[in-house]
Amino acid sequence: MTKKKLVIVGNGMAPGRMLEHLFDKDKDAYDVTIFNAEPRVNYNRLMLSPVLSGEKTYEDIITHGDTWYAENGIRLHKSSRISEIDRTGKTVTSENGVTASYDKLVIATGSSPFIIPLPGKDLEGVLTYRDLDDVDRMLAAARGGGRAVVIGGGLLGLEAAAGLKQQGMDVTVLHLMPTLMERQLDPAAGFLLEEEFKSRGIDVLTRANSHEIVDDGTGKVKAIRLDDGTEIEASIVVMAVGIRPSADLARSAGLETNRGILVGDDMRTSDKDIFALGECVEHRGLCYGLVAPLYEMAEVIADNLLEGASEYTGSVTATKLKVTGVDLYSAGDFAEGEDREEIVLRDAAAGVYKRLVLKDNTIIGAVLYGETADGPWFFDLLKKETDVSEMRETLIFGQAYQGGAPLDPTVAVAALPDDAEICGCNGICKGKIVTAIKDKGLSDLDGVRAHTKASASCGTCTGLVEQLMQVTLGDAYNPAAVTPMCGCTHLGHDDVRRLIVSKELKSIPSVMQELEWTTSGGCAKCRPALNYYLVSDWPDEYADDYQSRFINERVHANIQKDGTYSVVPRMWGGMTSSDELRAIADVVDKFDIPAVKCTGGQRIDMLGVKKEDLPAVWEDLGKAGFVSGQAYAKGLRTVKTCVGSDWCRFGTQDSTGLGIKLEKFMWGSWTPAKLKLAVSGCPRNCSEATCKDIGIICVESGYEIHYAGAAGLEIQGTVVLGLVSSEEEVIEYVSALTQMYREQGRYLERIYKWAKRIGHDEIRSQIMDDADKRKAYFERFVFSQKFAQVDPWSERVSGKDKHEFNPMAVLQAEAAE
Amino acid sequence: MTADIHNWVQIGSLEDIPQEGARCVKNGDMTIAVFRTASDDVYALEDKCPHRNGPLSQGIVHDGCVTCPLHNWVISLETGTAQGADEGQTLAFPVRLEDGRVLIDLSYSHQAV
Ligand code: SRM
Ligand SMILES: Cc1cc2nc3c(=O)[nH]c(=O)nc-3n(C[C@H](O)[C@H](O)[C@H](O)COP(=O)(O)OP(=O)(O)OC[C@H]3O[C@@H](n4cnc5c(N)ncnc54)[C@H](O)[C@@H]3O)c2cc1C
Ligand code: SF4
Ligand code: FES
Repeated sequence: MTKKKLVIVGNGMAPGRMLEHLFDKDKDAYDVTIFNAEPRVNYNRLMLSPVLSGEKTYEDIITHGDTWYAENGIRLHKSSRISEIDRTGKTVTSENGVTASYDKLVIATGSSPFIIPLPGKDLEGVLTYRDLDDVDRMLAAARGGGRAVVIGGGLLGLEAAAGLKQQGMDVTVLHLMPTLMERQLDPAAGFLLEEEFKSRGIDVLTRANSHEIVDDGTGKVKAIRLDDGTEIEASIVVMAVGIRPSADLARSAGLETNRGILVGDDMRTSDKDIFALGECVEHRGLCYGLVAPLYEMAEVIADNLLEGASEYTGSVTATKLKVTGVDLYSAGDFAEGEDREEIVLRDAAAGVYKRLVLKDNTIIGAVLYGETADGPWFFDLLKKETDVSEMRETLIFGQAYQGGAPLDPTVAVAALPDDAEICGCNGICKGKIVTAIKDKGLSDLDGVRAHTKASASCGTCTGLVEQLMQVTLGDAYNPAAVTPMCGCTHLGHDDVRRLIVSKELKSIPSVMQELEWTTSGGCAKCRPALNYYLVSDWPDEYADDYQSRFINERVHANIQKDGTYSVVPRMWGGMTSSDELRAIADVVDKFDIPAVKCTGGQRIDMLGVKKEDLPAVWEDLGKAGFVSGQAYAKGLRTVKTCVGSDWCRFGTQDSTGLGIKLEKFMWGSWTPAKLKLAVSGCPRNCSEATCKDIGIICVESGYEIHYAGAAGLEIQGTVVLGLVSSEEEVIEYVSALTQMYREQGRYLERIYKWAKRIGHDEIRSQIMDDADKRKAYFERFVFSQKFAQVDPWSERVSGKDKHEFNPMAVLQAEAAE
Repeated sequence: MTADIHNWVQIGSLEDIPQEGARCVKNGDMTIAVFRTASDDVYALEDKCPHRNGPLSQGIVHDGCVTCPLHNWVISLETGTAQGADEGQTLAFPVRLEDGRVLIDLSYSHQAV
């Protein structure tokens, strides 16, 4: 019996695997001929990165050497690219003139790197990353040193970047999206990855849009220019922005193609004698870029070549990044959704982040960073759609924690006999503690310490004592006396603030990771708070996250009940002029603003402005010299004044002038809650300074600084901080006090509540008595003002956040009924 | 009844919407808020809180929900239902993402009344 002829186009990973299956089943069924455009045998493409980094050589990654082809009687035509398939005559012909006839044909042409059509893309030194030749080119370039710019922060780009760095090049990664590997990773894990790359000395620019590759004048790469004008010098540019199935050959042979070559579940193309395999395939609308699905396809084709009836029904894929020292694994779907639940585990000390996404009690997605050993186990549960409700509590800890003893520690404590010793230092046994809790009605740890001495010495038994209280009191026991910031953490505001500073956390994702947030992205309570703490603690470094701000602070106007906005410009110290009033009147007319009102804060409010009109309103106001009054801000609001010594017959000092100076010095600063000031020219107090957050009462001998008043939900008279003698001192003391509050206040806590918590004595001693402390606070305030005193209105007039103010699309009115 | 009729309309591209933010689409008298989450999922709701018609597009986006800017109701982006103890629902439109283009199915706006 003559053997049937099998021809394979492309000698990549998928057909190599297919042949292994085929020969396993029937060694003699086919006479095999392979054409490969690459000048070599089949090698493990996944391992190109270790070759690039120098951890492996080409020889190490060969899958099938020349002898394997010889032993299996395979004709391998290297460096032979097939350019034509004649389906009627059943032959294929290569560019270099070799023709072979087939009974069955397998097209396995893989895919080719996508080249962004940038000016300069054809320059010498612009490379892609797909095969060994690309690796050789990169290694040659690396020997010349200089900087490599990698476009694309996905799997391939990052592996190339890490390899080139290890080869001694300076490396910059440009990534279009806000976080790395956004297709495989959620933002938190993407952030960790970015930090890891940066710590290796690799520059990472996200949201970076490449504009042009710059010629050095001789046809070689010199630099790359971004849309924002930044230019980065580069001796090579590696494009790793994605792949495209190589379907042209099949398309020109008249086979049905779309993005890839279309196949059915039997892996046949629209011609029953032609199969397609690997990355060039489109199956049920999907093209794959990882080997696992290709291997499944390979097995199906091997069987169908032998008249089997196997079917391929699609795959779920998992990704691992192969950069030495980075452990990262992702699988499935990790988008948020209402029908989904997530389990997050963060272990900051160990640099671990794990997230599982569950739907209907099955795992549908997993992202693991730092510790990936359980990846395959989660992936297996995911693929098998195993019901995980039984192991939910311990699921995230991994396979090792399943089965065996229950993990709940309180169960173990409850089971202890009464005479078991709990506190070794003080020799206190369980029975004594339980009795004290019950008889004395103790409900917190301090109470137990006071009455029994348990855990009052070295403290190592604190956990045990708490569990015991839990067992004894049940729900009545609230272990943490601190109230957590929100449901996303067990830490209170003070702990979070302290840790942000001591651990030098400078972004919301890093706070959430390092402080082990239990949700992946926080909530509407913690995000604005964290944003404030970071603005306050790192004024020069932190990039304000405007999506974590309440709408008023995001668009710099106050939202009204009907969705319109109110606009309140600053009128320094409540003073205005005919020019200003005229400008306001013009704006009101021009934009048809329905209401104008004097506020309780001595300035003018224009109410009912349409959101789309805001930038134009601000532009006109800006021309008249107005800046935002920040009537919406958790920050400095108004400084009310009275007419003072300029006009008033009782005025002792220039209260109006001082108010204006204070407002001009302090505007723009963000504070935990709103901050309102007033300066009165004498104790008659016409500007109501004694119910303000900070108030100044001018007297003959100087200035009495008051603080901690309020007249809103609570009416609260101020207390006196102290008396100073000059305007300069007022500014210094008031700024120092404000800075102390900015650094210690909890988000939304007004100054009177903060003061109640800290104690007036403490505040007075730091601000009035300790000149060094006061000066240090003052300097930190001045420093942060350098970054805060930017008028948000003029910023937006010049285009910032312009998407906020325009609809994304205006559709026809017809669908409106 | 209208379950099979779809009216997919392209409204822009994913990049047009800030992450954890929203943009508005005007459809006649109705405003539709189109949200993008941190993980780049896109949802569309009528821009009207079930409580007192607050503009949901102006809220803070988190955990597959948006917090209304007026009185802090939390609304599911996927279904438009109020979370927790609050009761109410706003209209949710099916959304499709294709190669970075955002499409919404307007046939649902007919079911509103
Ligand atoms: C416009 C104005 C009323 C007026 O027409 O006069 C006003 C309007 C609002 N006040 Fe006020 N307050 C205004 C002066 C005051 C005053 C009087 C003052 O500053 O001397 C007080 C009492 C003093 C005080 O703050 O202690 C005041 C105490 C409050 C409170 C209670 C705060 C508290 O901690 O107890 C709130 C609620 C809050 O902030 O959470 C509030 C909140 C609001 C909000 C922002 C409600 C909101 O969250 O949307 C209102 C915004 C309307 C808008 O869009 O413009 N407003 N509000 C005043 C603007 C002053 C300005 O020029 O910036
Ligand atoms: C650097 C790198 C790292 C990777 N890491 C991973 C990983 O960690 N995990 C993972 O799952 N996947 C990874 N991949 C993807 C994986 O390598 C591919 O999915 C897989 O190799 C595709 O196999 P294939 O047989 O379909 O195509 P290929 O292996 O690309 O083989 C196609 C072959 O066909 C040849 N060819 C094309 N057209 C013709 C023609 N007309 N005539 C003759 N020959 C032709 C090509 O020259 C090529 O040799 C990585 C890829 C790269 C480049
Ligand atoms: S007193 Fe109440 S109703 Fe009046 S502006 Fe202030 S918050 Fe609004
Ligand atoms: S209108 Fe949305 S919460 Fe009131």
